Amino acid sequence: MILRHTTKEVKERKALTVNPAKTCQPIGAMYAALGVHGCLPHSHGSQGCCSYHRSTLTRHYKEPVMASTSSFTEGSSVFGGQANLLQAIDNIFGIYDPDIIAIHSTCLSETIGDDLGQIVGKARDDGKIPEGKHVVQASTPSYVGSHVTGYANMLEAFVKYFSYNTDEKIRQVNLLSGWVEPSDMREIKRIAGMMDIRTVLLPDTSDVLDTPMTGKYEMYPKGGTTVEEIVSMGNSMKTLAMGEWCSQKAAIMLDNKCKVPFSLTDIPVGLKATDRFVQALSAAGKVSIPEIITEERGRLIDVITDMHQYFYGKRVALWGDPDTLLPLVEFLVDIDMKPVYIVSGTPGKSFEKRMAEILEEKVPEAKFKNGPNADMFLMHQWIKNQPVDMLIGNTYGKYIARDEGIPFVRLGFPILDRVGHSYFPTVGYQGAIRILEKILGAIMDKQDAMAPEESFELVM
Amino acid sequence: MKKKDYSNGLPDPSGFKEEILKKYPGKVAKKRAKAMVVNDPGESREIMANVRTIPGIITQRGCTYAGCKGVVLGPTRDIINITHGPIGCGFYSWLTRRNQTKPAEGEDNYMPYAFSTDMQDENIVFGGEQKLKTAIREAYEIFKPRAISIFSTCPVGLIGDDVHSVAREMKAELGINIFGFSCEGYRGVSQSAGHHIANNGIFKHVVGNADRERTGKFQVNLMGEYNIGGDAFEIERLFEEIGVTLLSTYSGNSTVESFAYSHTADLNMVMCHRSINYIAEMMEEKYGVPWIKVNFIGAESTAKSLRKLADYFGDEELKAKVEEVIGREMVKVKKVAEEVRPKVEGKLAMMFVGGSRAHHYQDLFKELGIRTVSAGYEFAHRDDYEGREVLPNIKVDADTRNIEDLEVTKDEEHFREDLVAKKAKLEKNGYAFKDYKGMMPEMAKNALVVDDVNHWETEKLIEFYKPDIFCAGIKEKYVVQKYGVPLKQLHSYDYGGPYAAFGGAVNFYKEMERMLATSIWKLLDAPWKHEPEIVGSISIEA
Repeated sequence: MILRHTTKEVKERKALTVNPAKTCQPIGAMYAALGVHGCLPHSHGSQGCCSYHRSTLTRHYKEPVMASTSSFTEGSSVFGGQANLLQAIDNIFGIYDPDIIAIHSTCLSETIGDDLGQIVGKARDDGKIPEGKHVVQASTPSYVGSHVTGYANMLEAFVKYFSYNTDEKIRQVNLLSGWVEPSDMREIKRIAGMMDIRTVLLPDTSDVLDTPMTGKYEMYPKGGTTVEEIVSMGNSMKTLAMGEWCSQKAAIMLDNKCKVPFSLTDIPVGLKATDRFVQALSAAGKVSIPEIITEERGRLIDVITDMHQYFYGKRVALWGDPDTLLPLVEFLVDIDMKPVYIVSGTPGKSFEKRMAEILEEKVPEAKFKNGPNADMFLMHQWIKNQPVDMLIGNTYGKYIARDEGIPFVRLGFPILDRVGHSYFPTVGYQGAIRILEKILGAIMDKQDAMAPEESFELVM
Repeated sequence: MKKKDYSNGLPDPSGFKEEILKKYPGKVAKKRAKAMVVNDPGESREIMANVRTIPGIITQRGCTYAGCKGVVLGPTRDIINITHGPIGCGFYSWLTRRNQTKPAEGEDNYMPYAFSTDMQDENIVFGGEQKLKTAIREAYEIFKPRAISIFSTCPVGLIGDDVHSVAREMKAELGINIFGFSCEGYRGVSQSAGHHIANNGIFKHVVGNADRERTGKFQVNLMGEYNIGGDAFEIERLFEEIGVTLLSTYSGNSTVESFAYSHTADLNMVMCHRSINYIAEMMEEKYGVPWIKVNFIGAESTAKSLRKLADYFGDEELKAKVEEVIGREMVKVKKVAEEVRPKVEGKLAMMFVGGSRAHHYQDLFKELGIRTVSAGYEFAHRDDYEGREVLPNIKVDADTRNIEDLEVTKDEEHFREDLVAKKAKLEKNGYAFKDYKGMMPEMAKNALVVDDVNHWETEKLIEFYKPDIFCAGIKEKYVVQKYGVPLKQLHSYDYGGPYAAFGGAVNFYKEMERMLATSIWKLLDAPWKHEPEIVGSISIEA
């Protein structure tokens, strides 16, 4: 046993987190900033923050992840980080020449009380921000929320800084993406494209974190939402915010600042969330849903019916982020699986409420928890008490999967031990088929590995 | 890329260095100029190292917490390492270094777990000591570990949480060894400060806590070997075969239980000088155990280190056994080297990593005839570049002064006068103790040595030298590879290895063959890249 100290007996914990199902805000801010064209994320804190975030993102995407740091030392921690940040801004524009520096704070700079707005203002007054260049800042204290919160805060900062209503309505819909893979962002654009709706997707990490090998490194690849696009979001007809945790803040900001109304929808994971997304898109863009999308949906339903016998009644444990877990759990319920244990370290009251709604009828026995003490250790203990047939979540599940012999589908962030996941979408109807294929593959692989010789089958 | 021919020696890169510096604002250029040295093995040239990275510069470096928790204590399995802080630091240091460990059935192993106090805003405002105490009690209740350590993250020091007093209180309450580290990320200029802090803490709170009956004729500790990809297992196997008892490794495949009695060794063998020399030094002062620098990266270096070990004990049987093992292993090693060498000889390598690896791996490359054109460390000090003889001349700056230098006094009861006498005798015969000459004397003339290399310099180095292989870490990997230059990670070994000792050398040779003799990089250009574009319309003729 690798996790040999995980016991069946669940003792209440008030202070100790063991095997977290979340990480801290700044990494989310960094990921969101990578989805803006010509943007260099900047971490205002100790070097380790930036190094950890870049390493984790790189291990997940297997792509360059560039970001700079204010390199705090003891002195800056005592006297404040203003001098470091001013110097950093100067050096970054001088050496790395981005269009935008997207600064996020850390627990260190927040604790000492650095006011990013004031420091950036000083940089502007001191002429450290060249003409036509931008410095955007977001407050992302690591001791509040989770990585998802940081993502949301950075998105909000972008629209707050750039988006502008010039009273010229554009026939365009804003899409605020939840935290998904570059391939998912590409897929969301494809779906909008099929509906012939002009959209702006923010952020957009496609063509940033899946760039082709050309023999030349581009520090600012061609992808990412452009400044012009973000500016124009203030003139759009409507905003679709995908995921309450990731994108609602930015949607509210656009509404308040630019009077662009929004609808909140889920990240389109699985059948019903994609249905709702497509319908919301159709309403926002005032277009009817084209036949090709209905056909894609039909293929998904067809695949579900083909596979249903293997899914029915299977117990699943999941961990990850609320915006992905909610539609995913809903999808599992729709295909008659039983998501029985769900944890997310990300706090937020509507998680419990919505999970209850999704699960109460078909899986009343389900246990779910979110917030500081909802961790993978607790979930593993639940599993020890009553096993599951399937695990779905980030790479850290592999230890439980191996110890307990449970089929495991990697979905979420981070995935550190497999290459290629970021190239295939899991959103939309097509993405849903991919999720199903992965689930079925894992179940069948176990069946094949465990079946007695006489019942080892060719056709399944 | 057109390759350069350096068969007649490396070109003087002074002009190239100026070109790099030109991009920098004045102050930055001035500082970076001192961190880039054109090497001359014949004369000592001073390099600036272990100084602050300039804010805004895209550096490889991490923080003090990473060095303390991740590097030194992270690989130790029978202790609960609690990160006191917001969740991130504990999360990122959870299983992300490949320190393999092999507990026996039923033995403790907490390494696959992440423990954190997950501080929330109210803990920042009102203090986190109560939460930390509760977390320690809960950890004890659930896991009943033999020891618990506490790692401070950035906010901890600032809000005034005293992890040391909490540790003392909890130690008294729970009756197990509990100690804390003030390793807030901002404490030093890099991970290096964290190594020092961890060394101090282990020495103060663990070393000497237990005695152990002698179980072998030759008892040693291996220091600064972290068992990445199973390196320590390779070395352990060698020791076992030659009959040397390995009491403790700092800290690959290790236990705090073994640290506690490690002072009963006859010799400390130091691999990674940068991260662990402090304990070796303190152990000599307090217990009289001498230390030598060794290197098990590279077959020749392994042979040399084994001979040095045998010479220390001076035992004929041991010497014969060592020669037997070297003789046997070298046959296997040379066979593979001869197969691989013709395919990779003359290729150019550069490596920017760690505090010892950028030096040690040059030995392995040399065995294949691969030339190191440029190298540097991420977090080393001047002595790791220029050798320990510069130690008295290193200016102690404010950042270094921040880190406590432990007052160590002789332990009269355990002090090994016999080892002191042995050392004196051996030294008289030319045997070198605590002798580390550093990277630069072993590098070629005109090789460019760069400390704390950054992104801009990396790009320029690739452009100038057009290396065949670049060694660094995960953050650099895909940047370099986009240029069509393969990058070998020397922190994580790209999930391969082991590369230590004889078996490891064979693995590394084969890996170099894979990386350098492959044709996948030649697929980069599409076949139509150099063809004229087809213009005109396509019509279907019936």
